[in-house]
Amino acid sequence: MDEALLRSLTPSVLGILVRRGADFAAAEDAVQDALIEALRVWPADPPRDPKSWLVTAAWRKFLDTTRADAARRRREDLVDEEPAPGPAPTVDDTLQLYFLCAHPSLTPSSAVALTLRAVGGLTTRQIAQAYLVPEATMAQRISRAKRTISGVRFDQPGDVATVLRVLYLVFNEGYSGDVDLAAEAIRLTRQLAAAIDHPEVAGLLALMLLHHARRATRTAPDGSLVPLAEQDRGRWDTNSIAEGVEILQAALTRDRLGEFQAQAAIAALHADAPTVEETDWVQIVEWYDELARLTDSPVVRLNRAVAVGEADGPRAGLAALAALDDALPRHTAVAAYLHERDGDLATAARLYAEAARRAPNLAERDHLTRQAARLNARRGR
Amino acid sequence: MAKYLLLKHYRGAPAPVNDVPMDQWTPEEISAHVQYMNDFAARLEKTGEFVDGQALAPEGTFVRYDGEGRPPVTDGPFAETKDLIAGWMVIDVDSYERALELAGELSAAPGAGGKPIHEWLELRPFLTEPPTITE
Repeated sequence: MDEALLRSLTPSVLGILVRRGADFAAAEDAVQDALIEALRVWPADPPRDPKSWLVTAAWRKFLDTTRADAARRRREDLVDEEPAPGPAPTVDDTLQLYFLCAHPSLTPSSAVALTLRAVGGLTTRQIAQAYLVPEATMAQRISRAKRTISGVRFDQPGDVATVLRVLYLVFNEGYSGDVDLAAEAIRLTRQLAAAIDHPEVAGLLALMLLHHARRATRTAPDGSLVPLAEQDRGRWDTNSIAEGVEILQAALTRDRLGEFQAQAAIAALHADAPTVEETDWVQIVEWYDELARLTDSPVVRLNRAVAVGEADGPRAGLAALAALDDALPRHTAVAAYLHERDGDLATAARLYAEAARRAPNLAERDHLTRQAARLNARRGR
Repeated sequence: MAKYLLLKHYRGAPAPVNDVPMDQWTPEEISAHVQYMNDFAARLEKTGEFVDGQALAPEGTFVRYDGEGRPPVTDGPFAETKDLIAGWMVIDVDSYERALELAGELSAAPGAGGKPIHEWLELRPFLTEPPTITE
């Protein structure tokens, strides 16, 4: 059975139920039940028309629940009103679902969970595994999120920027489990790009594709991090890069620059360099300037300092770094790197060890400790 | 079955036999150590004895209630704190002897020179739910 196909039908099935008069929370539960039913039944008995099957199953689940809720009159009204099954416009429904699940009244973690379930069609269990929390916790997070947005009208226009932030989080802060969250984020962003014509949606999709293209080379077989400069560029996914670059170029011609397009442009310049020495650092610095103008983020200026170090030499990089707050995450790691490039191995080794103590995750900590160890060994104690 | 916590300390445990800071090892020794830890956890998952394993950042904050309507008071980190937890592994095993055996294996993770660290790990039993049959 094609689980991806099944899940791609989720938003339109949910949209149909809502337009038939089901409230969002109940419809979402019903669709989830229908998806679980499909996973059980389809392998042995595949339907001729998967979407109709899902709509029928979900609608039946919804009516069962409504019946159980003793809202008999309401149910009968709904049965009377049930429209003739047939093709329905689905693009707008899909878009509305994205807006609803990323509604600004939701916390980021709630918006992420709700988007993965109601738009992505993942089960609560899969989402819980992906974010390393108990299933009951995730179920509560999702039902609280649905309560929070229960007063929001389904046809209200939303803000694309909030949706993009949620999708970015899914891509960037997903952990592991059965579900590949990075691939899921790409799928959802692709689906969004098909529903709305917006250069930043394209920018985010390009950014994801360009980073995803390097994924296989970012970790060694033993799980340790491989920095960009040391990655085996021959193993980068050229199809993914080509698609990302094409999408980005089309977006940039619209002349409505945003942070995701700028980030994608930087990723594209890295992807474009056949060797690390051929990287166009001057242009990368220019894009970081653009990005700093758009976001005013200190993290951007930290990354810019690294790029300046490559474009104009480590001393220039250190000067750019000196202007930034040294409490910034990864500030010490950047300082260590620039000092190493500058030939001051003793300072670099000390800073790498300090950066390891401040590392936000184990993979980075091990990587930075290894860097300190490498320099200490080279200095031949 | 009984659950045990294997506690690893940044500070507060007696000094291990092979006591060399990690940034003074060779990169290969670090890789071997990380591999040993990963293999250990993977093996316990296979035997059905692994529950959880997490690492903690070395710096934290002390927090306490400061009365109605007031924000919590924070303090620290205290450099002089004697005991500093680095991380843990929770195991679910059939006996105390098995818990001791596993803690011993974990403590044998290789360090500088590829030799076991002999790190001191703290083994703490979980308090359980009361049993159904009590008489």
